[in-house]
Amino acid sequence: MPKLPIGLWVERIVDWAQVNLDALFDIITLIIRVLVTSIETVFLSVHPLIIIALVFILFWFIANRKIAVGTAIGLYLIYNMQLWKPSIETLALVLAAAALALLLGIPLGILTARSNLIHKIIMPLLDFMQTMPAFVYLIPAVLFFGLGQVPGLFATVVFAMPPTIRLTGLGIRQVPVELVEATDAFGSTEWQKLIKVQVPLALPTIMAGVNQCIMLSLSMVVIAAMIGAGGLGNEVLAGISRLDIAKGFEGGLAIVIMAIILDRVTQSFSEKHKVKA
Amino acid sequence: MSKIIVKDLVKIFGDHPEKALKMLQEGYSKDEILKKTRQTVGIFDINFSVNEGEVFVLMGLSGSGKSTLLRCVNRLIEPTSGTITIDDEDITLAEPDVIRDIRRKKVSMVFQRFALFPHRTVLDNVAYGLEIQGVPTVERREKAAQIIETVGLKGWEYSMPDQLSGGMQQRVGLARALCNNPDILLMDEAFSALDPLIRKSMQDELLSLQNSLNKTIIFVTHDLDEALKIGDRIALMNNGTIVQIGTAEEILTNPANDYVERFVEDVDRTKVLTAEGVMKAPDPVVFLKDGPHVALRQMKEHGISSIFVVTRERKLAGIVLAEDALQAVKEHREEFKDIIIEDVPKVRIDTPVIDIIPVLAETKLPVAVTRDDDKLVGILVKGSVLAGMVRKGENIA
Repeated sequence: MPKLPIGLWVERIVDWAQVNLDALFDIITLIIRVLVTSIETVFLSVHPLIIIALVFILFWFIANRKIAVGTAIGLYLIYNMQLWKPSIETLALVLAAAALALLLGIPLGILTARSNLIHKIIMPLLDFMQTMPAFVYLIPAVLFFGLGQVPGLFATVVFAMPPTIRLTGLGIRQVPVELVEATDAFGSTEWQKLIKVQVPLALPTIMAGVNQCIMLSLSMVVIAAMIGAGGLGNEVLAGISRLDIAKGFEGGLAIVIMAIILDRVTQSFSEKHKVKA
Repeated sequence: MSKIIVKDLVKIFGDHPEKALKMLQEGYSKDEILKKTRQTVGIFDINFSVNEGEVFVLMGLSGSGKSTLLRCVNRLIEPTSGTITIDDEDITLAEPDVIRDIRRKKVSMVFQRFALFPHRTVLDNVAYGLEIQGVPTVERREKAAQIIETVGLKGWEYSMPDQLSGGMQQRVGLARALCNNPDILLMDEAFSALDPLIRKSMQDELLSLQNSLNKTIIFVTHDLDEALKIGDRIALMNNGTIVQIGTAEEILTNPANDYVERFVEDVDRTKVLTAEGVMKAPDPVVFLKDGPHVALRQMKEHGISSIFVVTRERKLAGIVLAEDALQAVKEHREEFKDIIIEDVPKVRIDTPVIDIIPVLAETKLPVAVTRDDDKLVGILVKGSVLAGMVRKGENIA
């Protein structure tokens, strides 16, 4: 049997998309650029120490004291290592990617919970998206969006969205049937059922999905840097290419600090909702 | 007037109920249909009507189809064939928005495991039905607070459901169902998850609430004692269909078949049998105008030592003893005035035997059985009560 030209087929599809969906990609590029640069501008226009102080106060109230203190120390360390600017670039990329992934992922997750057909279609797709090595996404991303932050963000969204969809769907499906029946029995519309009962009760699980999404976005930082997304990933890549242990380690450490901060903060939200439910 | 009428209702679970339905009409059994078509017959051949203000109990073991039937009434489960009529409106094929409106305003439900929303306060749980109808916050909370007070939970408005005991949670469930002021309550094993003592007090409370609210209630239970206690009428279900419908007493005294007989075997009859089932006809009696002569003759004729006296409308006036009547006749008195005993032991016609026994034990006189309008409808003496109980017992055993 001759070799099936699977790779060729995919190449054709990508070629076709590149030619015919050009306008669409331009619009997406524009939106993402605006999103990422505005986040960057906000954070970079203020002195780092002021931001550290503001974040400290904010976390003190919305999370808890331990997280606030830890975050302040971590951020100061990043500032001290002179990695503030690349860190903000990375943060902007991660937040933008996570926001898009959630914006797409949560509604999709709700759809998978409501329709068994959609569930059956989407689940294998998610398996595919999660297990395909993330590097592979870089190729079409570069073809569609050129080099820079936008293709990096595209690849990150593809990689980080699956757990959001899965956990949202799981959370909604886990709402006890008798509660769903009760909402029906009182004459709720589908929308009321979703907003007043299903989503609030699924919130802890959905928040776990948000947490996963942000963590996976961060894990794409170095890979995205390979196509010019910049940020801390660049520091690490530079460290590798020059065998500069110091630079590589500091870049890596900054990523770890950001990861821990984002993880703890999103987890504390998740905990808060759990107590409520 | 019939509030709810269910006619020829069938529910078949499965993807292709048409064939199963046809086989069912041709008289095949549930098992045969399952084997041949892979479709499960949930309920079939269901016919009953519920009167306005009645507590109608659907009673049966698990798997008998009672919960399925209950959910067909508000179409949480779509029936396969047959009709359901509520207030003369056939709702079997009503559009979703019509059904939604019926569920919002006319038919509420109370669930076995309470099904309270754990993320909402007691107040907002109770107000839920009004909330989804778009009633403004202040108004719906006010209404909810009232209902919460009615079910005895004042002071708990801002607690979360998991802070409440089982009995209290079901009060919230009941309040939530009452809040949009429905005509009809569907109660699915509402008290089955509660401790026996709590269950009993909830039953009592439901009955006293029902006295003032006068809702039409369909109550599902697997507990025969509960069914007998709260049901005006009971439909006994087995294997997907109704085997007998009747009052508690009718079912106990005239079981329709072996299944019902075995089912009611262990019931404590003294709680269910009422005065009506064990009393003798009020014969002989004398009228107030008759006088001691007639009374004495009647007593001699029937060999009894006392006789009840009634007014022309057959209302109970009192009792006359043979020795007093004899005395009066000797003294040529023409009226009962001095010899009538007005303070007669009496019970209402619906008094259960268990409450009659102490009355009988305390008196030497026969006990009068009266109706609401005070008319004398029967007489109880120790012998007749015992005989009545044994007779009913024999019927059943």
